[in-house]
Amino acid sequence: MSEVIVIEPKKGWIPVNLREIWKYRELLYFLAWRDIKVKYKQTALGIIWAVLQPVLAMLIFTVLFGRFAGMPSDGAPYPIFVYIGLLPWNYFAAVLGLSTNSLVSGANLISKVYFPRIIIPASSAIAALLDLVIGSVVLGVLMVYYGVHLSSGILLVPVLIFITLMNAIGFGIWFSALNVRYRDIQYAIPFLIQIWMFATPVIYPKTLLEGQWGWLLLLNPMSGVIEAFRPAVLGHLPIPWQALGISTAVGLFVFLSGIFYFRRVERHFADVI
Amino acid sequence: MKPIISVSNIFKQYEIGRKSSYGSLREEIMQTLAAPFRGGKEKQDSVWALRDISFDVKEGEVLGIVGRNGAGKSTLLKILSRITEPTSGRIEMRGRVASLLEVGTGFHPELTGRENIFLNGALLGMSSAEIKAKFDEIVAFAEIEKFLDTPVKRYSSGMYVRLAFAVAAHLEPEILIIDEVLAVGDSVFQKKCIDKMIEVSRKGRTILFVSHNLAAVKALCTKAVLLSAGELKLNASVQDILDAYVGESQLSGREIDLTGLKRHGYPNELIFEKITFLDFPIVFGRPIRFKVRLKSTGSKNAFPDIDFGIAITDKNNNTLIHCSNRFISRRFDHVSDDEEYFFEIENIINPNVYYLTFFIRSRDEIQDWITNAVKIEIEDGNPYRYTDTKQIQGAILPKFDITSTRTAI
Repeated sequence: MSEVIVIEPKKGWIPVNLREIWKYRELLYFLAWRDIKVKYKQTALGIIWAVLQPVLAMLIFTVLFGRFAGMPSDGAPYPIFVYIGLLPWNYFAAVLGLSTNSLVSGANLISKVYFPRIIIPASSAIAALLDLVIGSVVLGVLMVYYGVHLSSGILLVPVLIFITLMNAIGFGIWFSALNVRYRDIQYAIPFLIQIWMFATPVIYPKTLLEGQWGWLLLLNPMSGVIEAFRPAVLGHLPIPWQALGISTAVGLFVFLSGIFYFRRVERHFADVI
Repeated sequence: MKPIISVSNIFKQYEIGRKSSYGSLREEIMQTLAAPFRGGKEKQDSVWALRDISFDVKEGEVLGIVGRNGAGKSTLLKILSRITEPTSGRIEMRGRVASLLEVGTGFHPELTGRENIFLNGALLGMSSAEIKAKFDEIVAFAEIEKFLDTPVKRYSSGMYVRLAFAVAAHLEPEILIIDEVLAVGDSVFQKKCIDKMIEVSRKGRTILFVSHNLAAVKALCTKAVLLSAGELKLNASVQDILDAYVGESQLSGREIDLTGLKRHGYPNELIFEKITFLDFPIVFGRPIRFKVRLKSTGSKNAFPDIDFGIAITDKNNNTLIHCSNRFISRRFDHVSDDEEYFFEIENIINPNVYYLTFFIRSRDEIQDWITNAVKIEIEDGNPYRYTDTKQIQGAILPKFDITSTRTAI
């Protein structure tokens, strides 16, 4: 017999078992697939919601900020400007919301079956990718409508999505594990997401907040990503490499520390949840 | 040969000092702030769910784990399934492990039967190739062909359980851990499940099996362990364990006080107080006659429309007789604890040791429930005037006649 499983109490920091996560990759896929399937079950419009949600948000922001408030948009048409901001932001916010509750709503799995627990919050990040993809197709349509040409920066988009994903999973892992212990987190998250959105240049350009509060904006890892998304797609400005570098570094830190924290506390999940 | 599972010195401690099972941030902060004023280290209450459990299981063995509620069976299975960690001790398992602590774990009500088969299979550790290969077998076993593409929220509970067990039954690990799954489903399906598990065990797989269904333990297991209050009491043959288990806390005699017995968790505003046998000892052929007194423990003293359920079960927990006043359309309102209730049951059960279960509800609200707590012995006799009574195997001994065409009457 090949496999010997040893069960004994573990102490301190536990390294990540990548081989085991690889072994359970199909479960990651199935859980993400379940979330997608269930999301639009028993809705009349189904997957059309994935198109409607960002488009409606874009229209609301365009009317409120673009028309009435006359928000600057770095020379790009405001609808496109705000839509490109909303695309990664909505993904990030959706993952945060889903993964924070994922462990608690999967309590029944945690107390009945063994598998690497990190798969649960990670699957939320995978499931939300579908909306991002559909949203990107809509962006293509919008660009044709506004006569915006693709720039060579588009090649950077997969990297930007990867950085967004890393940030989303990183924060998602932290919040999901904390929420097992402190259910306060699930109530605080919706407010955090709202405040965070206004502290991120989603509906306004970064230039608006430069000066006194500029440094704070830099620490926000979603700020650099979104500021780089626009020039990457539109090519109207140079790509802010410095801000993007900070986003990547902060994201990587949150991601790695999240994994280690998760590994440290996951063995108590079944007893606490 | 090395044992396939070796469990050595497992301890598990749970802390029960906390006010709620999960802390809120505020509580934690308040506790930290208040700590300097409390003086000394806070004493946390803890219970040992398991104490020094050690045993080995050889390849191909089917081990039954028996014990009363709260004896630590579920905790042991959770540790073996790697869901929770032991506080100390070590377990080695050689081979792929699959555990089935609940049927239908991860079933999503909105997904169809087909979709749930794949999801549940993946959760139990099957690859999608394996699931595809076994798909038809699973569907046939569950008998849900027509409803494959219906969301499981529209399934009857029977269909749901059948499908859930079917997926699990087609796992092919080297070690299979099963908890109480047979407590669900109808008796025909239960039989089918046991047969399936016997088939699996014949293929040389090692099975750990927890059940309250002693008949199932007897049918399936080759060895057993008895857990009692977190400790391993006995590690022996199945029959020895079952005898020890049923003998653990039963009372017997002409008059028995029922107030101190372990009960299922119900309001217990009205409880069984005493049973008195009117004919004692109990002899085959003479009716079993007893009277029961009830006691109201709370402020209420009137319980309208009470319904007794008194059952006689054998050593393997098969119910032989179930008496209820509802079955014979007799209505009682309990208004005074001085009231006595008389039972008379025709007695044609094979002389042996049996157990009584007491159950009572008032207007459909369960008040008290005591399982297998009183032992009765039916003494020798049979209606056939046959002397070697050990030869008579039936659980009940009704009168019968056998004739042939040439029998002269």
